[in-house]
Amino acid sequence: MDKFIEYLESEFEKIQTESEVRKQAFEDFKSAGFPTTKHEEWKYTNLKNVFQNSFDSHAKSDLTAEEIRSQLAIYQAVEANILVFLNGNYLPELSKIVSADKDLHIQNLSQPNEISQKHFAKYAPAHEAFVALNTAFANGLLLKISKNTVLEKPIIFHFLNDSTQANPLLQVRNLIVLEKSSQATIIENFVSIGQNLSLSNLVSEIIVEENAQLDHYKLQNEGENAIHVGTTQIEIAQNGKASNTTISLGGKMIRNNLNMVLNGENCEAYMNGLYMPNGNTHIDNHTAVDHAKPNSYSNELYKGVLADKSTGVFNGKIFVRKDAQKTNAFQSNKNILLSENASVNTKPQLEIWANDVKCSHGCTIGALDEEPLFYLQSRGIPKEKARKMLLFAFVGDVLDRLKSDFVRNLVNDSIEKKLA
Amino acid sequence: MLKITNLQAKIGDKQILNGINLEIKAGEVHAIMGPNGSGKSTLASILAGREDYEITEGEVTFKGKDLLELAPEERAGEGVFLAFQYPVEIPGVSNTNFLRTAINEIRKYRGQEALDAVHFLKLMKEKVKLVEIDQALVQRSLNEGFSGGEKKRNEIFQMAMLEPSLAILDETDSGLDIDALRIVANGVNSLKNKENATIVVTHYQRLLDYIIPDFVHVLYKGRIVKSGGKELALELEEKGYDWLK
Ligand SMILES: Nc1ncnc2c1ncn2[C@@H]1O[C@H](COP(=O)(O)OP(=O)(O)OP(=O)(O)O)[C@@H](O)[C@H]1O
Ligand SMILES: [Mg+2]
Repeated sequence: MDKFIEYLESEFEKIQTESEVRKQAFEDFKSAGFPTTKHEEWKYTNLKNVFQNSFDSHAKSDLTAEEIRSQLAIYQAVEANILVFLNGNYLPELSKIVSADKDLHIQNLSQPNEISQKHFAKYAPAHEAFVALNTAFANGLLLKISKNTVLEKPIIFHFLNDSTQANPLLQVRNLIVLEKSSQATIIENFVSIGQNLSLSNLVSEIIVEENAQLDHYKLQNEGENAIHVGTTQIEIAQNGKASNTTISLGGKMIRNNLNMVLNGENCEAYMNGLYMPNGNTHIDNHTAVDHAKPNSYSNELYKGVLADKSTGVFNGKIFVRKDAQKTNAFQSNKNILLSENASVNTKPQLEIWANDVKCSHGCTIGALDEEPLFYLQSRGIPKEKARKMLLFAFVGDVLDRLKSDFVRNLVNDSIEKKLA
Repeated sequence: MLKITNLQAKIGDKQILNGINLEIKAGEVHAIMGPNGSGKSTLASILAGREDYEITEGEVTFKGKDLLELAPEERAGEGVFLAFQYPVEIPGVSNTNFLRTAINEIRKYRGQEALDAVHFLKLMKEKVKLVEIDQALVQRSLNEGFSGGEKKRNEIFQMAMLEPSLAILDETDSGLDIDALRIVANGVNSLKNKENATIVVTHYQRLLDYIIPDFVHVLYKGRIVKSGGKELALELEEKGYDWLK
């Protein structure tokens, strides 16, 4: 681990930043240090082995423009803004922006701008090592959806990481602002090629201003050597509405931190998740919804299907601050273990300081029921197909919540492939 | 069609079937009666292929094949159908999608081409009418939130759709009001022909007024202790089971 920190120090010197925020962040990172399993929030996700490897911030890729373009064919069902990232770097020449700049403004995050001045590094927890490290190196885009704009065309981030030549280290940081009464659908799709390890440390900060509406999707379809630590921070102002759906189907080790802060009255927050690890994959979802003001609503549904020797973690925090009377918060986490060697740790964590609130939570862990399986088989459906039908039915209520048909089809296809 | 010879089965340490002999020919209707816990559902489940039981003795042939060697789905492919005593609810699987998959898997097993959407819907419409099942139920998730009677009726609807050669009805009559009973019986009777056979497991003569059995068997402690014609059911209705013990 020390060697890796030395590497990061030398890399940080190389970028020669003037930014006080970044310098401070790097200091914060060093004093926090990478979390170990002694850290309460990292009890079940052990990074020790990760840092015995070296990673490279400048990992090269041999992929041609054609090869990358051919990957984008999966999006052709919809007219969308497509932002392509290769090994953590934005590739404008392969990206496609179809919305008008007056509706959707996109620029490099490090380019000086009053929006980033106002919002950059203000929300995601600065004391957390990964967030601090990401802030120090922040490499990504600023997106602004203008006031009163209903952005019909979704924004797709195509995050491709190529580990054929080295162990890439990616530190993508995006800042997205949905101005007052605007509306947007944002999809982050993570894919990878290559047999080496990769380490992504991603932070997305999204500001949903008054009366704005966000539908955010995080789709994780990386290969079995990809390690991903990501923080999605969503700040919602009064009358704002946001949903995040995190679908994790592939990777070596995934840690998603999803924080939704309901900063005004009458906010709505939806957190939907589906994780389906197999092999030795580990998927850890830490979610937190923070009700700061009265009369808001949050609804969370996470489902897991765990096969082989895979492991899962779900930690769902609900905070209801003293001011947040009449909060209505609902949380559910359900898991199916397909093998005796698979396991999941699930923990709801409610901290409620207001007295007039409605909160409910529940979690289940079990095997796939034998009774329905036999029923389907007795009607002529072969066992494997029957299992697949039942698993689809289990994950169905998460998929039903996907508002975008395009995303639903994309996810359905990936799940089909996964279960095949 | 079906030949059961000295069938013995247990679950865990509990012996449930103690040597069952039964032969069923195409075109026949057999009623199986007997007190609670005598092993009726166990026999039905074993025929359908439930794996919880250990077969300790005996054999079962169906159309000349060793039935016990086949997986449940293969038995369905061969034409076995069990209307469950307690049909399970399966949220998230639509009745329609389920039936279409079932029909096409059975067709595949038999080397037939898949039924396309048009023909499937036509068939469904026809059978919905036959068993007078509410169209809304057919659209819903499989048995989810169905009343007891609705579940039973859905079993008969599935039977009508799949047209089995051996239908085993495990207490399909319990929980049905008299109208539903008549409809279920009509469904069974109209599907009956020279090529198929039916096993009706029941406690009540009421059903047998509509579905007239050729044979009635009494199961007691995992054995058939008496067989007879349809009059036997009337006798049981009158005298109960005590005189047979
Ligand atoms: N999974 C099981 N574990 C233990 N015992 C079982 C199991 N399944 C059935 N049995 C026992 O086997 C015996 C026969 O049960 P079965 O359900 O076949 O009876 P039945 O004749 O269908 O009764 P009923 O008329 O109440 O439906 C009962 O004593 C029952 O408790
Ligand atoms: Mg029974």
